[in-house]
Amino acid sequence: MKRALYLLPVAIFAAMALLFVKGLTMDPKAIPSVLIDRPVPEMALPPLPGRGEDTGLATRDLKGRVSLVNIYGSWCIACVQEHPYLMEYSKSGIVPIHGIDWRDDPVQGAAWLKKHGDPYDRVGVDPAPGRAAVDFGVTGAPESFIVDKNGIIRYKHIGPISPEVWNKTLLPIIRELQK
Amino acid sequence: MIAEIGHFALILALCVAMVQAVVPLMGARRGQASWMAVAEPASALQFLFIAVAFAALTNAYVTSDFSVMNVAQNSHTEKPMLYKVAGVWGNHEGSLLLWITILALFGFAVTLFGRNLPIGLKCRALAVQAMIAVGFLLFILLTSNPFARLEPPPLDGSGLNPMLQDPGLAFHPPFLYLGYVGFSMAFSFAIAALLEGRVDAAWARWVRPWTLAAWVFLTGGIILGSWWAYYTLGWGGWWFWDPVENASFMPWLAGTALLHSAIVVEKRDALKSWTILLAIVAFGFSLLGTFLVRSGVLTSVHAFATDPARGVFILLLLVLAVGGSFMLYAMRAPAMKMGGLFAPLSREGSLLLNNVLLSTGAATVLLGTLYPLIADALNLGKVTVGPPFFNSVFLPLMAPMAAMMAVGPMMAWKRGDLAGVLGRLKFVAAIALGAGLLVWFLQGGSAGPWWTGAGFALAVWLGLGTLVDLAERIGLIDAPAEALGRAARLPRSTWGMVLAHFGVAVFIIGLTASAAWTEERIQTQKIGETVMVGGYGVTLKAVNDVPGPNYMAHRATFEISRNGKVIDVMEPEKRVYRQPPRPITTAAIRSGIIGDLYVVIGDPDPAKDGHVTRLYFNPCIPWLWAGAGLLILGGTISLLDRRHRVGAPTRAHARGRRARA
Repeated sequence: MKRALYLLPVAIFAAMALLFVKGLTMDPKAIPSVLIDRPVPEMALPPLPGRGEDTGLATRDLKGRVSLVNIYGSWCIACVQEHPYLMEYSKSGIVPIHGIDWRDDPVQGAAWLKKHGDPYDRVGVDPAPGRAAVDFGVTGAPESFIVDKNGIIRYKHIGPISPEVWNKTLLPIIRELQK
Repeated sequence: MIAEIGHFALILALCVAMVQAVVPLMGARRGQASWMAVAEPASALQFLFIAVAFAALTNAYVTSDFSVMNVAQNSHTEKPMLYKVAGVWGNHEGSLLLWITILALFGFAVTLFGRNLPIGLKCRALAVQAMIAVGFLLFILLTSNPFARLEPPPLDGSGLNPMLQDPGLAFHPPFLYLGYVGFSMAFSFAIAALLEGRVDAAWARWVRPWTLAAWVFLTGGIILGSWWAYYTLGWGGWWFWDPVENASFMPWLAGTALLHSAIVVEKRDALKSWTILLAIVAFGFSLLGTFLVRSGVLTSVHAFATDPARGVFILLLLVLAVGGSFMLYAMRAPAMKMGGLFAPLSREGSLLLNNVLLSTGAATVLLGTLYPLIADALNLGKVTVGPPFFNSVFLPLMAPMAAMMAVGPMMAWKRGDLAGVLGRLKFVAAIALGAGLLVWFLQGGSAGPWWTGAGFALAVWLGLGTLVDLAERIGLIDAPAEALGRAARLPRSTWGMVLAHFGVAVFIIGLTASAAWTEERIQTQKIGETVMVGGYGVTLKAVNDVPGPNYMAHRATFEISRNGKVIDVMEPEKRVYRQPPRPITTAAIRSGIIGDLYVVIGDPDPAKDGHVTRLYFNPCIPWLWAGAGLLILGGTISLLDRRHRVGAPTRAHARGRRARA
């Protein structure tokens, strides 16, 4: 019995090591969303204060054009990292970028956009607990979804967008869907 | 050419480390002195080669040699010199080189300072140290060569992430690594002791100062990182329970437990196999942190550029080092002689309780950090574990520990008198309760969170209790005339304990107040407009463009007034770096005992003809830094204790016997 106690650390560690082996074979950033290739769920998010004529983000707004839906929040550190790139891609006019201000106070969400720049066409607010975005398949921020002309989610990117991600993954998919 | 010398030196260091890992160990097994004698010169040689490699990479950074890929990717000619040097370890490859340099330095330190160590223990520990070095050198040479060339070299580098161009962060990694790698010392000696099958007071006397030194550096590293997050991320937070923060916090918790259990081994010859286990766990957590940060199994804002090959390699290292050690532990520890017995209510007992709470704390942090991975692996879905989990599980574990920290040091060894100690602390308890109620009353009762009173009461209990303990030790009440002399003769380790425990009390105040009463104002402010925050009037006077060495800054000038009188000017900046082009906010902070006024300038808002500003009043934040400073100071003073001095083991042993007589 006492001997078994001394084996406990190695047993716990073995379990952890197995977990890590499994963890290495999974990519935490590339989990296919359950909603891939399915239509955007019904939602009608209110607009962010102080964005002029923006009426928020609803399901019907995502039909007719290929669009990129970006999940952000003023509390999200990594969002700051991707934001300058979003600004750049937004200016290029390749694809409209919509924002969902997730689990956030709208006032802070608006202040954050003022501070870092506003790349978005439309912004919908989904305050805590952020159910609408979860229905969308969001697991954290930042995340970005490519939605096609018919309002069907085609791709989900987890984590900040970098030029590499943009050029190698997102842009080719967008171009393909725009054909 | 110099880069190639560095690369070559690393290969030579690997060869030396391989010899050092094998020959002394076999010599110790066979009792061949000449084989055992290989360990010391090998450790010196290994350090020399690795130092050459480190110098070569530093040279490439300082001279901006962009034909070295690592330099081209992470440096830039315009960067100030401090950040060129800091750039050496501001990336995956370079930081590993720093890691191994520190490891070799510690190995060399055993040779330099360990003259009085038993030769068997010393050469085995050096061999274990060399095994770790072999693993990491192979890792660097096979997967992460910092000296890889680039053909053709670019005209200029792509620059260091401007968020990292900061004095706080320049020194954060070296401190952190001195801590992480410092625990390798306790680890190597733990394995050596398991191999020898013997742990005694001399072992603890050697391991404790090194653990303490590592702990001091780790504390410094963590707090530097925290301080950096506080003033650069621009929203006043200082700890986020991010996986990488946790990765540094777990070894800290295990190391703190180890520090305390090693006291019991040294003084009472008990808790031996537990202490050995802690030594393995503390370094195991350091390796685990390295794995988590660099393998990409967890997503984190800190993650280095990850590569699956690297992940597999570190996992292999982790399994060999930690799994192997635990295996050895399971085989050898049961046979180790038990030490002295003690009653549950005693100094030993309270140190054990401290260990149980700290270990449980480390285990909860581990669970919270790995839970997303566990859930993912078991197909339970994607989850994130955030501050609510840690705050509701970890803090309740630490509260009784802080309460006990006032009592433990006053208990006697072997058999303590809890009732007597609590009796001596009854006034402290009354004052603490009063302070808690006062704070509760001042915040307007339930207008603030319920735990503020509890937090302050706990801090006063611990702080005052520690002072009472000090006063009793120097006989301040009984014989005040001699108190000063006694205070001077008090061992430095006692002073260290008093300072560190008092530091925790100070830290708790900062923690409680900043979590409860932070004030925040976000608005568009016009030039000349005043906003009130924390009792200060903050007036935006002007916003100008000011060029920096490698960035352009919008600098705002705020006038700060109190009761209508202008008392200060604050100038936060929003910087846009040239290479890589990224905006960074630099907050202006005005620190005071009561709290920090924290001012951030945002973008202009043409619609309202003003600028977005964020103004915070963060109460008692400096208390956090002061508390951490006291921890570091206490650890350092304790480190200077006579019995830890070079060559002290034998003398201290004699002195200890005299003291006991």
